[in-house]
Amino acid sequence: MLDIVGLTASIGDKAILNGIDLSVPAGEIHAIMGPNGSGKSTLGYVLAGREDYTVTGGSVRFENQDMLAMTPEARAAAGLFLAFQAPIELPGVNNANFMRTALNAIRRAHGESELDAVQFLKLARAEMKRLSMDAEMLRRNVNVGFSGGEKKRNEVLQMAILRPRFAVLDETDSGLDIDALKIVADGVNSLRGPGFSALVITHHQRLLDHLVPNRVHVLAGGRILRSGGPELAKELEKNGYGAMLAEAA
Amino acid sequence: MPADNETLDTVRSVTQSGYKWGFETDIEMDVAPKGLSPDTIRLISERKEEPSWMLDWRLKAYAAWLQMEEPNWARVDHPRIDYQDIHYYAAPKKKAGPKSLDEVDPELLKMYEKLGIPLKERAILAGVEGADQEQPRQIAVDAVFDSVSVATTFQETLLKAGVIFCPISEALRKYPDLMRQYIGSVVPVGDNFFAALNSAVFTDGSFVFIPKGVRCPMELSTYFRINTRGTGQFERTLIIAEAGAHVSYLEGCTAPQRDENQLHAAVVELVAMDDATIKYSTVQNWYPGDANGLGGIYNFVTKRGACLGDRSKISWTQVETGSAITWKYPSCVLHGVDSVGEFYSVAVTNNHQQADTGTKMIHIGKGSRSTIISKGISAGHSNNTYRGLVKVLPSASGARNFTQCDSLLIGEDCGAHTVPYIESRNRSAKIEHEATTSKINEDQLFYCRQRGLNEEDAVNLIVNGFCKEVLKELPMEFAVEAQKLLAVSLEGSVG
Ligand SMILES: Nc1ncnc2c1ncn2[C@@H]1O[C@H](COP(=O)(O)OP(=O)(O)OP(=O)(O)O)[C@@H](O)[C@H]1O
Ligand SMILES: [Mg+2]
Repeated sequence: MLDIVGLTASIGDKAILNGIDLSVPAGEIHAIMGPNGSGKSTLGYVLAGREDYTVTGGSVRFENQDMLAMTPEARAAAGLFLAFQAPIELPGVNNANFMRTALNAIRRAHGESELDAVQFLKLARAEMKRLSMDAEMLRRNVNVGFSGGEKKRNEVLQMAILRPRFAVLDETDSGLDIDALKIVADGVNSLRGPGFSALVITHHQRLLDHLVPNRVHVLAGGRILRSGGPELAKELEKNGYGAMLAEAA
Repeated sequence: MPADNETLDTVRSVTQSGYKWGFETDIEMDVAPKGLSPDTIRLISERKEEPSWMLDWRLKAYAAWLQMEEPNWARVDHPRIDYQDIHYYAAPKKKAGPKSLDEVDPELLKMYEKLGIPLKERAILAGVEGADQEQPRQIAVDAVFDSVSVATTFQETLLKAGVIFCPISEALRKYPDLMRQYIGSVVPVGDNFFAALNSAVFTDGSFVFIPKGVRCPMELSTYFRINTRGTGQFERTLIIAEAGAHVSYLEGCTAPQRDENQLHAAVVELVAMDDATIKYSTVQNWYPGDANGLGGIYNFVTKRGACLGDRSKISWTQVETGSAITWKYPSCVLHGVDSVGEFYSVAVTNNHQQADTGTKMIHIGKGSRSTIISKGISAGHSNNTYRGLVKVLPSASGARNFTQCDSLLIGEDCGAHTVPYIESRNRSAKIEHEATTSKINEDQLFYCRQRGLNEEDAVNLIVNGFCKEVLKELPMEFAVEAQKLLAVSLEGSVG
């Protein structure tokens, strides 16, 4: 579904991604782990089309489309969703209105009819119930005054409502209590199926207990250092990155 | 929460780019020759069949104006205005009242249609007999076309409640005592250059009187339209709310798209007695000129409210998206004990527009309070200035003011300026001022685009959020219109 070949990217003069090769077949969930500052979030941003980063080489194909040639909104319409490591606040913008606008933008791009406020609220309430979230969240302004955990849950809610084909979750599990962790996992698991894939960036094995990945990749210094099955995450949890980095050097 | 969910639908439905109210209406007009002189003033007064004291009042204003200089302290810049090159009177030629819509000048109907006024309202505005006897609607409308008020709806329904809502020229004939008592009582003839000019040549506008204890049963609104080439529009509005009365009034304005600059110099006076409340909302959308700064309305307006009574309240809400130049400071003079003044403003400038706008809150009464929330949005090559004065006189013990001025910049070539003056002569007064200037935030834009919004919709969403505190003060019916306008005004400002 997603094929990344030799991807390099920089910000200003600083190279951050130094040749990423990664394929995520349809229906699979891959985890990305790696030390702070290794380029994990950058990879997410570059996939989503953030313009501050310059792609200096390589390619990204998403279901046969050249994703690097698309605008961020076109990528979203094609089914890409990025759950931000630090979700952005939109003062004065009502959360329900924001999500409905986003959903309708994507529906329009697919030639589908738009949902009116009533239809949307019905859908949103159902999703929130499924994710055991408080409907109050719809009435607040997007992420404004949300606690760290609430912001992450709000990302999961958006994902559940937009139903992407490919989700990048950037440390969505960080700062979550145990119940919330389950919510995130449920959110991803509920989308799981042959037409959905995800890249889950995390520092913790515990999310991967709920959300067993097909593959685990270790990103360090802007490169994939090692890939393996779910057991790789367990090994890292025990030994840390030190030995692996030393070995690579 | 007004119209929140409709916002983006409407934003999207505005597919036309540029100024969509820029049509001209070809109606037979009665136009005075260009130029300003005592004769012009006599002609206006005569056409309006005014009492003689009014003519004297106008001539006094004219004499004061002759002694005055055009103000130059605002951060706006324009070529000299030739006051002899303006028509000071233009009115659609009157025929006998039409019997049905078929008999109404089709051009007039077309204009109403383009302004987005619903059909039934159009029939009423066009003066079709009996049209307003049908089921009551929520909004009474006065339409001012160049120099005259062409129609006022629901006058009879309102009169039953004791409310007077009529063209100011009609009020001069029907309610001379009220007019004589109040006109110029808040904005004296010699108050400032443009107010003096207006006092000399004003042609029409609305008059509202809400008697003691009456809550006006519907929203009142006025549409102002400049139509004839080479004319200025000088309207005057006077609203009086007696003790315990309550009224909400809205004005909207548009003008044809022309390569000339046209002058609009209005005066609005509000008077609120004990426990009275006046809510005055403006959605200003005069033609702003083209992308290169050619044409557009010069909007030089004096608006002031006097909170004469104890616990009286005057609230100004404005959404300013139009005009080449806006020079406007709706103010409150807070005489009454515990009286309240409010100013909520959104001013958007794009391309080469210039806005210098803000408010004055003059605290005289004990315990008087004021709130100022100003949101300035600049894009293109425009300049947007907030200019405000909070003045506390020695008598105003315990006065309080809160001011918040936020500026949002879109692009690199625009300017935002905040000029707050604070003068406090009472130690017990508490004055707070907060100001922020920010650029439209890349993180926010990217977040929205990642969720599927295109750049323009993302900007609109963020801008609407930025203005939310002000937009929520607008009457529900107009919040949607205002949000649409914001979107149209900012078209082409990104990307
Ligand atoms: N806008 C930027 N300007 C300068 N440097 C940046 C910018 N964005 C990222 N970097 C640098 O790029 C490197 C990779 O950052 P990135 O956020 O991708 O790391 P990460 O793997 O997500 O780390 P963490 O685990 O802490 O979230 C870091 O050294 C970071 O400082
Ligand atoms: Mg990161």
